[in-house]
Amino acid sequence: MESTTLWFLLIAVLWTGYLALEGFDFGVGLLTRRFARDDTERRVLINTIGPVWDGNEVWVITAVGATFAAFPEWYSTAWSAYYLPLLLILLALIGRGLAFEYRAKGDTDSWRRRWDLVIFVGSAVPAFVWGVILAGFVQGLPLDARHDFVGGWADLVTPYTLLGGVVTLALALLHGTHYVALKTVGDIRVRARRLAGRLAVPVGVVLAAFLAWTLLRDDTPSRLAAAGALVTVAAVAAGATAIARGREGWAFVATFAAVAGTAVTLFAALFPDVLPSTLDAANGLTTANASSSDYTLTVMTWVAVPFVPAVLIYQSWVYWMFRKRIGVQHIP
Amino acid sequence: MDVLDLARWQFGITTVVHFFFVPFTISMAFLVAIMQSVWMRTKSERWLRLTKFFGKLLLINLAVGVVTGLVQEFQFGMNWSDFSRFVGDVFGAPLAMEALLAFYLESVFVGVWIFGWGRIPPKIHLTTIWVTAFGTLLSAYFILAANSFMQNPVGYEIDEAAGCAELTDIWAVLTNKVLLVTFPHTIFAAFMVGGGVVAAVAMWHLVRGARNPDDAAPGAPSDRGAFRTALRIGAVTVLIGGIGVAITGDTQGKVMTEVQPMKMASAEALYETAQPAPFSLFTVGTLDGSEALYSIEVPQLLSFLGTGSFDGQVEGINDLQAQYEELYGPGDYSPNIPVTYWTFRMMITMGGLAGLIALWQLWATRRGRVPASPWALRAAAVLPVLPLAGNAFGWIFTEMGRQPWLVFGLMRTESGISPSTSATTVFVSLAAFTVLYAGLTWLWVYLLLRHARPGLPDVTPTGGDAEPDQPDEADADKPLSFAY
Repeated sequence: MESTTLWFLLIAVLWTGYLALEGFDFGVGLLTRRFARDDTERRVLINTIGPVWDGNEVWVITAVGATFAAFPEWYSTAWSAYYLPLLLILLALIGRGLAFEYRAKGDTDSWRRRWDLVIFVGSAVPAFVWGVILAGFVQGLPLDARHDFVGGWADLVTPYTLLGGVVTLALALLHGTHYVALKTVGDIRVRARRLAGRLAVPVGVVLAAFLAWTLLRDDTPSRLAAAGALVTVAAVAAGATAIARGREGWAFVATFAAVAGTAVTLFAALFPDVLPSTLDAANGLTTANASSSDYTLTVMTWVAVPFVPAVLIYQSWVYWMFRKRIGVQHIP
Repeated sequence: MDVLDLARWQFGITTVVHFFFVPFTISMAFLVAIMQSVWMRTKSERWLRLTKFFGKLLLINLAVGVVTGLVQEFQFGMNWSDFSRFVGDVFGAPLAMEALLAFYLESVFVGVWIFGWGRIPPKIHLTTIWVTAFGTLLSAYFILAANSFMQNPVGYEIDEAAGCAELTDIWAVLTNKVLLVTFPHTIFAAFMVGGGVVAAVAMWHLVRGARNPDDAAPGAPSDRGAFRTALRIGAVTVLIGGIGVAITGDTQGKVMTEVQPMKMASAEALYETAQPAPFSLFTVGTLDGSEALYSIEVPQLLSFLGTGSFDGQVEGINDLQAQYEELYGPGDYSPNIPVTYWTFRMMITMGGLAGLIALWQLWATRRGRVPASPWALRAAAVLPVLPLAGNAFGWIFTEMGRQPWLVFGLMRTESGISPSTSATTVFVSLAAFTVLYAGLTWLWVYLLLRHARPGLPDVTPTGGDAEPDQPDEADADKPLSFAY
């Protein structure tokens, strides 16, 4: 395999890991608002992700770092073009990270209420905006001959990219609901199951619409992209069946697969481009013209081959370590 | 202000603020790991209470450090896209390695440490804080590797056709001689911060306890003993850090004189080449090369700092400017002299004062003594601020001293900016970050003070040192020993 293809694949894997892992902790953040009935329930939700959310977030840091190292042109062009959306994401993630740690470190109700709002907004904004950005990669941007963005807001926020944002937000919500059903006991667990059942159809419809639109953008959609779309829709259906039968573990695996299927569709539709130009196809960025030198890719491959599996192993160990379900009775 | 000025301010503000938290985290993670190790070994409750007390301060700080670090990785692309294009092939590699090799370790294992009290076997729990501490060191190494490339580019070749730098030797980048001196210098400086915090907090409690024995919390006698130990650990850490900073700083000065002579000439505002060159402790004047109004000079000291010999020749700004014009074409190749001159002195002064306070603390606590004077409280209040400020001045010096270069000798700062970004966009984000960072710095100080003020936490009987839960145990409904 070409080393540029390998790195495109690896970056797709890192984004998939990010969307699947932080996806559910965004979902849990979204549930803290209406779903949680009181402060104790809110704390149960927050503590289901307490030990793991920070490790989940590193996936995006690695995805972005790997893009910088392997495709510097892609990183430079996209990050300067998506300046303000990224600013929103950064502000949201900063607030959210502080909120988890600081919420319990004050003792008035208003202190907690403010941080609760930050958790909600801090989860909603990145869950939505990352979808807008990833869909934007598939859609392309007006780039000049130097690969610089020459458009405005209307090029970043289009019906297609907005739908992309709705998709990542909806997936995060469903995935997070499955996770809460899997990780809690008692009333919260029962309500999470019920909510998941109600969410499945609307989320499935939004996903199917977006994935079909993604496939139809191409005159000759790739088979891999089509397969990803099918897996996604099937996984949402399977998740609904599993949760209805009280199999929360399988339901969670199903939304994991749905996130992965969505990512496969997007990245397969993108490849071999990384950021096409809507002005002139020659101005677009591809895995070939956006990549680092062979030497850099080789060095990075030697680093990634042992360490990506190592990270997967120790991160899985953490999930195993904290596998116990929690409920309101566990909150001190 | 144009895009360039705004982007520079943004980088300066976000980086300096981020670097308040980084040295704190690095050193405190190690100090807490040491405290927990001693507890495991001695089983003395005092050490467990110290671990939990300072562990809380570590976590308050780590949270801000992590989230402000996110901004760093993004803003190279957002504000400095031409820089990212030019050096991405070289510069991206250490950043990606940092994420993959170091940052996962820190973030994953600190989560286990926070929630693992009483839930996982104690030895594994102890290992997680050591892994976290080790991860912070590794992070620092890779980030400084990227920074050192900007100070002294090595291991690359310029691809004329593509107009960018290409990595040719990763080993050269990871063993850059600037990196090899900057890394220990930065780490020793970081230890001054953590040691300063531990010593200051402990001293504050001791002085308060000594002056008002009545309003001490229950269990105060053992608090006193524990805080006295903590004070001495903190003071020794500051001193070791200080000695390390001085030694590595001296070596770094010599390496810098070799690779960036303009930076060192600007540190002294030395306009004319001199042999031997004096070092001025203090100067009243404009530092623009005209005669200073008043200056206290130590003869031959700059020669020694720069070259290791008391009569070595140190090149002046004017000669270097002429050399650079010949090499790189017309332009101004000197940084902002008052900034470099004063930040260099402030860095040294802050570190020196912190060392003196630590020395006095050891003296004042000799043979079971406890200081009680109001001066001890004042010293405690300024002690953590001094090394923090020293770290900040050091970074401002080293980054401003590199100007006008973004990558020394290869790319000027104005060429690295994102061409497609408007001044309005950067202004909006600069304003947002400034407000947010001011808010979170205030919050950080508020929470640190708030959690440092009560005495050591009670650890019996449900304080979390119990044996780990068994999932199938009858008490499966017992509350978590730690929860957010």
